[in-house]
Amino acid sequence: MLTLLLILLPIAAGVITLLSGSGIAKQVALIGGLAALGLAVTVWLQFDPAAGTQFGFKYAWLASGGISFAGGIDGISLVLVLLTTFLTPLIILSAFKHDYNNSPTFYSLILFMEAALIGVFTATDAFLFYLFFEAALIPVYFLAAVWGGENRLKVTFKFFIYTIFGSLFMMVALVYLYYQTPGTHTSEITALYNLQLSAQAQGFIFWAFFIAFAIKMPLFPFHTWQPDTYTESPTPATMLLSGIMLKMGVYGLIRFLLPVVPQGMETWGLMAMILSVIGIIYGSIIAIQQSDMKRLIAYSSFAHVGLMAAGVFSTSVNGLQGALIQMLAHGINVIGLFFIVDIIYSRTKTRYLDQLGGITQTTPHLSVYFMILLLGSVALPLTNGFVGEFLLLSSVFQYDGWLGAIAGLTIILGSVYMLRLFQKSMFGPRSKWVEGFQDLTASERAVLLPLVIMVFWIGIYPNTFLKLTEPAVNQLLQLVTN
Amino acid sequence: MYPIILLSVLGVVTLFLGFSKSKNILLPSTLLFLIVALASNFLDWNQGPLLYFYDMLRVDNLTLSFNAIVLLSAFMIVAISGGFQDNADSEPAEYYGLMLFSLVGAIMMIGFEHLIMLFIGVEILSVAMYVLTGSNKRNLRSNEAALKYFLMGAFATGFMLFGITLLYGATGSFGLAQIQGYASNIPAGTQPYLLYAGLLLLLIGMLFKVSAAPFHFWTPDVYEGAPTIFTTFMSTIVKTAGFAALFRLLSHSFTGIYSFWWLVIAVIAVLTLLVGNIGATSQNSFKRMLAYSGISHAGYLLIALTSLSKPSANAIIFYSLAYSLSTICAFGVLMLVSKEKTVEGQPNERYEAFNGLAKNNPLLAFILTVSMLSLAGIPLTAGFWGKFFVFTSAAERGIIWLTVIAVLMSTVGIYYYFRVIISSYLKEGDLIKIRVAPFYQVILLLATFLTILFGLAPGIFEALI
Repeated sequence: MLTLLLILLPIAAGVITLLSGSGIAKQVALIGGLAALGLAVTVWLQFDPAAGTQFGFKYAWLASGGISFAGGIDGISLVLVLLTTFLTPLIILSAFKHDYNNSPTFYSLILFMEAALIGVFTATDAFLFYLFFEAALIPVYFLAAVWGGENRLKVTFKFFIYTIFGSLFMMVALVYLYYQTPGTHTSEITALYNLQLSAQAQGFIFWAFFIAFAIKMPLFPFHTWQPDTYTESPTPATMLLSGIMLKMGVYGLIRFLLPVVPQGMETWGLMAMILSVIGIIYGSIIAIQQSDMKRLIAYSSFAHVGLMAAGVFSTSVNGLQGALIQMLAHGINVIGLFFIVDIIYSRTKTRYLDQLGGITQTTPHLSVYFMILLLGSVALPLTNGFVGEFLLLSSVFQYDGWLGAIAGLTIILGSVYMLRLFQKSMFGPRSKWVEGFQDLTASERAVLLPLVIMVFWIGIYPNTFLKLTEPAVNQLLQLVTN
Repeated sequence: MYPIILLSVLGVVTLFLGFSKSKNILLPSTLLFLIVALASNFLDWNQGPLLYFYDMLRVDNLTLSFNAIVLLSAFMIVAISGGFQDNADSEPAEYYGLMLFSLVGAIMMIGFEHLIMLFIGVEILSVAMYVLTGSNKRNLRSNEAALKYFLMGAFATGFMLFGITLLYGATGSFGLAQIQGYASNIPAGTQPYLLYAGLLLLLIGMLFKVSAAPFHFWTPDVYEGAPTIFTTFMSTIVKTAGFAALFRLLSHSFTGIYSFWWLVIAVIAVLTLLVGNIGATSQNSFKRMLAYSGISHAGYLLIALTSLSKPSANAIIFYSLAYSLSTICAFGVLMLVSKEKTVEGQPNERYEAFNGLAKNNPLLAFILTVSMLSLAGIPLTAGFWGKFFVFTSAAERGIIWLTVIAVLMSTVGIYYYFRVIISSYLKEGDLIKIRVAPFYQVILLLATFLTILFGLAPGIFEALI
């Protein structure tokens, strides 16, 4: 029941926000986001990692078929639900300093997005999963297309068509799988795990799922929509896209690709792995060249997600655990970094590294927060990025030494582009653009402080979260090896 | 059966009402007649399969559901016709009368059990549509459209009649049951060529009516030239009735030779999907785009026919309903918006006409958006489940390649449906607040509400059948 409440609460909050006046919309939305966070924490406190899927609900949806409106939370879902509910209020808060016109719609779309994301992470019925997977696209499309930058129309259109294209393949795969279930068909995800599919069918389904999730994350070579969309979207939408939405793709890989088509995974896993590793290196190298800060972080995100995917494709405990913890870490870091870019942009009106410089001189607070988030992102020990990257790289090494060595370059390349970002913008001679640069305001600190706390929490004691996911991951891998 | 009798009588009554001085009585009385017909439709509900008129008409829950969709669509279309007040040349009594008569034809097509009944139904529907297409007498394009439709339609009718004759020659009967008896007992090793030829010719005639490629060439011109209200009528009711008839024909008479015709329909479905979707992308006129989109939706429905599996009936009903609701909304909004500006004396039906719609008319923009999302098959709308059922019907039969093509084509569809959404939300325009009659608004909102309701809970609809 709590799961259903978790999905419905943001929707209700979104509707209230939509109806409230533009003066108070953002406060209402923030309260809604915090309420959802409170509920998620309640779920967390009651959660028993060993007990499998909990807090379930199930209603018949299509009477004739076994398609039901069903959800529940296991360790993997819980971590992502926590991430979503933790980040959404911060995203709302980070938007406070802007005056978006028609703000009730703006904030309600963020909350609708949150509901759809929670739906994706908690659905236990394949078609319900698909429904939320698609539905999440609509709010973020409008956020980006209405409130975005100059080129928004073309860019968001490409994004929309690209992602819909991918998920339609997933739908074909799901419909096919649904008809393979014995007896009166059912679309429960666990039922799909028990199917005995031919090798050929597994191959097709592998690619159908792969394309859907790879476009969403995005993996090389399906990433061309991403940098433009991230750059043109208003910062809150960029945060939603990079912080949470790309996790839908990784989650999909874990939830569907591994356990449903293990044999397809065995046949094609290496190829998927190679694509992921190419993405890591390719993204990092392009990130080094970038001068637009937002684009730079977009490419860094592309590189990071490649590593997460590689971990998943390694089909090992380390890989999956690493991917899960890295999803948390990446969500936190990338949102913090995008927020800092937004802060710099709103004060200087530029995002270009060659026009910036010397910001540190007047901004001790900003510099510290920026540095911590950045170090988290380059995986310094004791920060959140380290745990994930360590686990992920070790899993890729176990899978294949050469690939592991190539993927390991991410640590070096990551430091190069991130430190270059910091150095060019914060150090050096003070440029004319940054004159009169004010340090962080109270509300900006209210966003960054929780993020920084989480950077250290996950970095120092990742077990809080690893413990949650471990039983679920083991169970999943057992399915794969059978 | 009851709606056939009632609508025939009430259609004549409507014509006589036209003699009265007060033209205002026509609209409410036609609406009332439609409600009566809709109510009478359900008198036979759950009575099991019944045969009427010397076994020429079949009534079961499936045909009643199709009747209900057709009558509901007609009700909505009549309701937004506004009594044809704005055109001095118009003859409302005749239009309403013809609409009621054409519904008789549609209902015959839905429930025929005898090929003669099918032929009469198709003709009643078509002749009424030829006249309504040309009803804007002073407009050259309307006249051209009517002539084109009539000539091409007459040709198709010829094919159809020829096909029926050959079928009679092959099987010795016009009755669907007898034909089924013949077609399922073909001795092994023999090829009933006469039956094949008859079926193919009959299919050509029917596929013309539902504007499937390569028999679609009339569609864009006729849809564009006809007055928008009748375009709506054509694209919803004719299509629903046409597919109900095709489904009935194939599922009741020709399951025995499925292996012969399934590939024919499959190829036509692919062709229709390609022509419809790719044709729609290059249009500048919203109305023409909807014509091509109508062709593409015929393609999806043909997939359900091709597979003819358990979910097919469900798929066709649900798809027709979702498509009708959204199409009525789309044309309804188009009629309002196109009146605001004219291009060369014609209402502006281009995409640009929608620029900036959301600014002063947020409700209309919302209605339009939902209808476009539903036509594009985005989840949480009825259109999504329509596509879903179509895809499941193909998967049940194991024809996955067809589904893959349909999926690719629905991605193309998103491109042209979203152009309208982008125009109305994201482009600058100077549309002022459009005055909408309250009743008009209620109808559009009802259609929008149903679209979302069926999108959230398709099970409700399933419970009805």
